[in-house]
Amino acid sequence: MFDNFPLWPDRASTAAGNVDALFIFLLIVSGLMTLLIFVAVVYFSARYRNRQGVPAEQIEGSTPLELTWSIIPLFVFMVIFAWGAVVYFKSRTPPRDSTEVYVVAKQWMWKLEHAEGQREINELHVPVGRDVKLIMTSQDVIHSFFVPAFRMKQDVLPGRYTVAWFRAIKPGTYHLFCTQYCGTQHSGMIGSIIVMEPAQYEAWMSGGSTGPLSATGEKIFGELGCSTCHRSDSQGRGPNLQGVFGKPVQLEDGRIVTADENYIRECILDPGARRVKGFQPIMPTFQGLVSDEQVNALVAYVKSLAKPGEGGVKPAAAVPVNSAANHSSANQAAAEGSQVNP
Amino acid sequence: MATAPVPPAAQPERENYLNKHYGVGSWLFTTDHKRIALLYLLSITFFFFIGGFFALLIRLELLTPGGDLVQADTYNKLFTQHGQVMVFFFLIPSIPAVLGNFLVPMMVGAKDLAFPRINLLSWYLYIIGGIMMLHCMLTGGVDTGWTFYVPFSTAFSNTKVIEAGLAIFVAGFSSILTGLNFIVTIHRMRAPGMTWSRLPLFIWAHYATSIIQVLGTPVIAITLVLVVAERALHLGIFDPKLGGDPLLFQHLFWFYSHPAVYIMILPSMGVVTEIIACFSRKRIFGYSFVAFSSIAIAVFGFLVWAHHMFVAGISVYAALVFSLLSYAVAVPSAVKVFNWTATLYKGSIHYDAPMLYAFGFLGLFTIGGLTGLFLACLGVDMHVHDTYFVIAHFHYIMVGGALMGYLGGMHFWWPKISGRLYPEGWARLAALIVFIGFNLTFFPQFILGYLGMPRRYYQYPPEFQVLNVLSTAGATVLGIGYLLPMIYFLWSMRYGKPAPDNPWNAAGLEWKTQSPPTTFNFEEEPVVTWEAYNYEELDAPHKEEVPVAR
Amino acid sequence: MHDSSTAAVPAAGHGEAHNPALLHHFVDEQQQRDASNFGMWIFLATEVMFFGGLFCAYLIYRRWYFGDFAAASKSIDALLGGTNTAVLICSSLTVVLAIWAAQTSRRALLIGTLILTMLFGLTFLGIKGKEYKDKFDEHHVPGASFSFDHVSIPGHPDQYANPRHAEIFFALYFIMTGLHALHMIIGLGIFTWLLWMAWKGRFTPEYHTPLEIGGLYWHFVDIVWIYLFPLLYLIDRHP
Repeated sequence: MFDNFPLWPDRASTAAGNVDALFIFLLIVSGLMTLLIFVAVVYFSARYRNRQGVPAEQIEGSTPLELTWSIIPLFVFMVIFAWGAVVYFKSRTPPRDSTEVYVVAKQWMWKLEHAEGQREINELHVPVGRDVKLIMTSQDVIHSFFVPAFRMKQDVLPGRYTVAWFRAIKPGTYHLFCTQYCGTQHSGMIGSIIVMEPAQYEAWMSGGSTGPLSATGEKIFGELGCSTCHRSDSQGRGPNLQGVFGKPVQLEDGRIVTADENYIRECILDPGARRVKGFQPIMPTFQGLVSDEQVNALVAYVKSLAKPGEGGVKPAAAVPVNSAANHSSANQAAAEGSQVNP
Repeated sequence: MATAPVPPAAQPERENYLNKHYGVGSWLFTTDHKRIALLYLLSITFFFFIGGFFALLIRLELLTPGGDLVQADTYNKLFTQHGQVMVFFFLIPSIPAVLGNFLVPMMVGAKDLAFPRINLLSWYLYIIGGIMMLHCMLTGGVDTGWTFYVPFSTAFSNTKVIEAGLAIFVAGFSSILTGLNFIVTIHRMRAPGMTWSRLPLFIWAHYATSIIQVLGTPVIAITLVLVVAERALHLGIFDPKLGGDPLLFQHLFWFYSHPAVYIMILPSMGVVTEIIACFSRKRIFGYSFVAFSSIAIAVFGFLVWAHHMFVAGISVYAALVFSLLSYAVAVPSAVKVFNWTATLYKGSIHYDAPMLYAFGFLGLFTIGGLTGLFLACLGVDMHVHDTYFVIAHFHYIMVGGALMGYLGGMHFWWPKISGRLYPEGWARLAALIVFIGFNLTFFPQFILGYLGMPRRYYQYPPEFQVLNVLSTAGATVLGIGYLLPMIYFLWSMRYGKPAPDNPWNAAGLEWKTQSPPTTFNFEEEPVVTWEAYNYEELDAPHKEEVPVAR
Repeated sequence: MHDSSTAAVPAAGHGEAHNPALLHHFVDEQQQRDASNFGMWIFLATEVMFFGGLFCAYLIYRRWYFGDFAAASKSIDALLGGTNTAVLICSSLTVVLAIWAAQTSRRALLIGTLILTMLFGLTFLGIKGKEYKDKFDEHHVPGASFSFDHVSIPGHPDQYANPRHAEIFFALYFIMTGLHALHMIIGLGIFTWLLWMAWKGRFTPEYHTPLEIGGLYWHFVDIVWIYLFPLLYLIDRHP
């Protein structure tokens, strides 16, 4: 609207339009209801103001009226609920083949790392029209990743991953706010999402990176000695990780879980919590020995491992950066959300 | 029936609960529910000033986009303590501890509450909690937000979290004991003939509130114990590094804090019902529906807590359930608004100050409640959660709703409480100023929230400034609106016209007592043989009404 | 609810003899007794909610970390805990007997059972103290000196319990039993006062309300323990 006096946020993602439509519907419903009550109150209090010799008429009530004005609002509420649920469900279900960006929040900055390896602080460059999935964790307290222009918000928790996604539709620079109070510089923990045309984005991407995140992960995997037990054959003392990501895994106690980002992370930091059936409990914990970013790299590496013959990305830097977005079918499971604990 | 109009000035001052005993001791060791109500009145007004002062500083800081009035840490303490003081030391006690304590025994026809000494104990607990909180604020303060989220409050904050937590723990028991007292009084001490369906809806509202106070407050108490233990002993119940879950805290916290908001609004709804009935001169439309909707709000209010956590990391399916239930709890509130409006139909409406506050309540509570629908809607909450939209929503309900009801009730029952009339002209002006100031303060915040301005920010992007300035301007007007009643109520205690026993010719047993009442309220135990809101009889000219006990 | 069949009742002055314990805002003793009992039941409801938060946290973590909780549970002495359970149940019996004694004007029995109840309570606290001391000696108290290494999970001899999860168990153990013990201590205080009143002869068959509501409180504290004992001491135990 006005330059320095906006009354409506930018609509810069596919979700924004859906949220706005729902919001406007709510505005109309609420507006009508407010008008109705307002008009009724003003009219009644004027029309029935006290006058000499005109007593009030004692009306006990009217059950049909009560039922009407209970059931109709309830019906309207159910419509609002259902519509809202659909919008919400879509927002919390990242599409398959989303580009992945790992986010680590800490007091008081955002650290982001693209799967292709680019690192950013308080800024996120993305191309228009690409599905971007954020896999987020916090190093300390609870933060919240909020981009008003995308109508997207997700709390970022220590100790686990939470996931959000968006697809930007309009180039520009948009506010990124931390919106879960996190201490002294909570209001300073802000940044920008920079949405670029695809060509510009390619240019930006090629401007230096340390290689894809999964390659970093492979390096750490070797350095920490993971490959000693997690061999790519069945001889290892630990489970074979080829193609494990996104697949169901049977645990020692009989339960079946999906090997999503949170599960892989937990296996690194708390190996005894949910042990795979058939393996000895000998994996040491790496809690305190790896940083959140390193865990992210390891998760990215495990994701990139596919069963022989299944295709998928090899974690070599020689692969053109574009296809880093196209992981194997492992992404489908990841798309089903990686919150383990309801 | 109200006493025949005798010029009040001609009456010598009668013995009443105020002049029966003098001296500080007679107040500090009283067990008279009316005196305890006044003790609470003084205390909560004191804390209202403190919370209001913090709000003023917050709004002043937000006049400019930069952080230039106070430092970041100070600002964080300001909004934390504003919230804690206003919620725990003002709003939750306000109507129940002042108007409820004063009126519940009289409305049911009793001499006092069931447990007068426990009533006094509850005030002392409030004072002890209040002193602890004051001490905490004066020796460093607390900066966790009133919501105390972990792990920030247990492992990262450098402020006096433990002391603040314990202060609220103590004050919580004050709330529990008040609720317990009301429940037993309403069940066991009703006068003969005062059946449940003859009770004023003020009593139904306080009954529902008391259920929440009694069942919900212990949960925040134990949650605070866990936070204090974790912080002091580094336990790990909520710390992910030690195997704990920060979301467990949020579930436990909101399990109380959501019903708490109904503790804050239900009494106000009770007040508004009494006022609308009196100043429309008719029985409330749909008495049973209004009564049961209070109970429904109390019950459903316990089932919706995780609507504060839609983006906190709970599962999609949990979110769906809580959203659905949140819409269920909206229905009884809507029903009340419709019933109040319908009561005006074919009434005989008077515009005295209490009624103006009731009108204000109707408008502002409607808007506040409707914006709750926005927040219960998953698709919208994703965007507006933790923004100024939420702040606007809850201030519409708590200030526009609860506080308006409180002020309306104070005006309505002031003649009964003090034996004096307040100046009507000033009161109407104050009601208008409050209404205008309130909307100017908080309506822009809805827009700010949708634009994306987060909560608890002391600096913000420049494009948000105009709306923030409007909001601060409104806050100044609102402040004036609040100061006026404090001034003229005090003035009236000395210079106000003496009040007749029933200045409004209102229904209800409390109006059959003296103004101000005697210590034991009734000369003889009343025997009730009429329905509630018997305005037809009260207004019938020259007719002897239903026989009453004398 | 007060009996409403009478017409206007005369002011409750001193026109009729009544128990000096009748408070003047009540219409009669029946109302006072009903109100007191009802009030205590509501207070107990608040206590249920108070402990409820702890039980909720406990149940969640037990579900998540069952093996670790089982290992930790095995390390606390179920024999001592079981003895304490028997002690508390006996104390509830003596409370009931005390009330019966008051109802039937058996002063000696009343005083005796009250004293016995308190002795049982003290025994409970003593045994609890011994348990806490044992935990302290074994470094099972959460905090800087906590250690729980190389303790295998019952039924899985090859797997060690995670010390951090075990620490959560012990944190909950100490908070839950500690809160319970605090209530016991308060209960002992209440019973001291009841004993004094009984000694002074304040209780009659018509009036012994303090005994009733004190008894309700004591039974509640007993019931909380009856839930705590199996949940804390008997996880995954087999005969």
